[in-house]
Amino acid sequence: MAEYDLETETGRREALRRMLTIRAFDEEAGDRFADGEIPGFVHLYIGEEAVGVGTCAALDPDDYIASTHRGHGHCISKGLDPKYMMAELYGKAEGYCNGKGGSMHIADVDAGMLGANGIVGAGPPLATGAALSIDYDDRDQVAVGFLGDGAVAQGQTHEAINLAATWDLPAIFVVENNQYGEGTPVENQHNVDNLSDTAQAYDIPGLTVDGMDVTAVAEAVAEARSRARAGEGPAIVEAKTYRYRGHYEGDEEPYRDDEEIERWKDRDPIDSFKERLIERGELTADEFDEMRADAEETIEEAVEYAQNADQPQPADAYEDMFAETPPEIERFAEAARTRADGGRDRQGGEQP
Amino acid sequence: MTAHAEPERELDLETETMTVREAIRQGLREELERDEDVYLMGEDVGRFGGVLEVTGGLWEEFGDERVRDTPISEAGFMGAATGAAATGTRPVVELMFSDFAGVAMEQIMNQMAKMRYMFGGKAEMPVTVRTTEGGGMGAASQHSGTIHSWIAHFPGLKAVAPGTAASAKGLTKAAIRSNDPVFVFENKMIYEQEGEVPVDDEFTVPIGEAAVEREGEDVTVVATQRLVGESLQTAESLAGDVSVEVIDARSLYPLDVETIAESVRKTGRLIVADESPLSYGTHAEIVARVQEEAFFSLDAPIQRIGTPDTHIPFSPPLEQEVLPSGDDVREAIERVA
Repeated sequence: MAEYDLETETGRREALRRMLTIRAFDEEAGDRFADGEIPGFVHLYIGEEAVGVGTCAALDPDDYIASTHRGHGHCISKGLDPKYMMAELYGKAEGYCNGKGGSMHIADVDAGMLGANGIVGAGPPLATGAALSIDYDDRDQVAVGFLGDGAVAQGQTHEAINLAATWDLPAIFVVENNQYGEGTPVENQHNVDNLSDTAQAYDIPGLTVDGMDVTAVAEAVAEARSRARAGEGPAIVEAKTYRYRGHYEGDEEPYRDDEEIERWKDRDPIDSFKERLIERGELTADEFDEMRADAEETIEEAVEYAQNADQPQPADAYEDMFAETPPEIERFAEAARTRADGGRDRQGGEQP
Repeated sequence: MTAHAEPERELDLETETMTVREAIRQGLREELERDEDVYLMGEDVGRFGGVLEVTGGLWEEFGDERVRDTPISEAGFMGAATGAAATGTRPVVELMFSDFAGVAMEQIMNQMAKMRYMFGGKAEMPVTVRTTEGGGMGAASQHSGTIHSWIAHFPGLKAVAPGTAASAKGLTKAAIRSNDPVFVFENKMIYEQEGEVPVDDEFTVPIGEAAVEREGEDVTVVATQRLVGESLQTAESLAGDVSVEVIDARSLYPLDVETIAESVRKTGRLIVADESPLSYGTHAEIVARVQEEAFFSLDAPIQRIGTPDTHIPFSPPLEQEVLPSGDDVREAIERVA
């Protein structure tokens, strides 16, 4: 069963809570990056919350997702803990990847999260592979490959969808069309109006939905999931959404104007879902404010946790390369451990 | 996922004579029988039996699920194998010619090689990639390359390159049992080469161990793939004049520098014979590691035999010009011995 089902009132409230958590996480991550606390690059999901949450609302907890550059929202949608996510952004030992992945690579395979990805278009082949394992073992799961509009132009995306379609694998490809591939508008990167039109080439269903509407996304993915579980193969769901922030934090965005951003913000996925729940009598304005304050508090605690978390030890740099560490790496690990013990480096080789 | 612990029992030492191709196929068959998580995938590996016939008969034996023909899309199926390995199955991929790694390099270098590390150890990567290397068939530049130096150089991947039928079987099985990504580089010119192969289905060759194929006192030849056999023949032809020790490096990453250095400490002379291009690669690595471990045992400059940084040309006389051979090994021995 889905972790939070949008057909139930509790499920809807949980979806709203997750969307608020994503927004609070990414607003805080943006601020902390600007403060110089978070190293590297940060790509924020603000504006796109309905896509990740809508998709994961239609999934079971043990389904897999493969993510994109913009992965924080997918992680929270999938149920990952913001504390360990934030610790990963800070490069701390307690992060999901022990500080080796950072924002672009948060992963927890046991939780079904196959990683955010620094390469555009690299996630769909991994999702096809997870779907292959599921199909091979005849497990009751599906694998979702998230990809951006930019990734639709990547060759490996096509190969992955074609392979999944040819083998009728239980995969779903969710295209987050946030209108820009890095700094280039979608219409300058593709010759079709709807990116789901590419589904015709694989003879699989392709559906375009309003990516600012969490329910619309969930319904489309749920249908794709049922089909995939029935052995009928993959589908493409395109969610038309909008990236409020630049491609990366610090992007000066010479490619668009404020008027366009404001037009999309009028259809904000959180505000519109809130309004709908209030209309249905499932939420009051006060309860919403409380929910948002809770989400913000959760993220403040996550930041505090990350700030106070331990830095990794130098010897940790040599861990996790292989299941069986070869001597080529082990000798450096040994030297680092010796230094940490206050001892001296071993000298290798023969002496004259 | 089933357990992959090796049962403890004495190996049956019985051997049979077979070709490298048959040895690899026997290794694949045994692993398919042993572990139902294991399956083969690649272009034409099924009904066709593999373009160089290594997987012939396995589709008939194991069926569509276990022996899978993929579309011609190296990035797609290399990525799918990576995702599948991370989620509980053990794919064995055939990359028809190693040159085609170029098409799939993104998934190889940024996903397969990096996922375990980037994820802080939260992904297992039990994927095996079998691929063919080498010139000698008149197959021209895009079907004759030797790329194992790239893969051995790239952190996160293991690389093995057998020179004998026994090693070919044992390394293939060890690669499939490993929870790390392992590339098995098969030189296409030795598929017909025969050797004694242990028939015990628990026989494996540990990744990271070289093999002393011939003992000698005067010169050490560290060879790989086709050049192992050619070096052994050369060593035989020189017997009485020069005593040549021939080592099959077998495992390129990790490299068994101990076995090689021990030999150099005995002979004082080293020749490295590997078909890859000479500059910045396998030769350089072996030489560097030997000088770290056994510099003061060297009595003569180290010699390198390889492809002289050219692509492999089509025309037979041109191809023969650039491909390293036993004659090159002989000349190198004569220079230093």
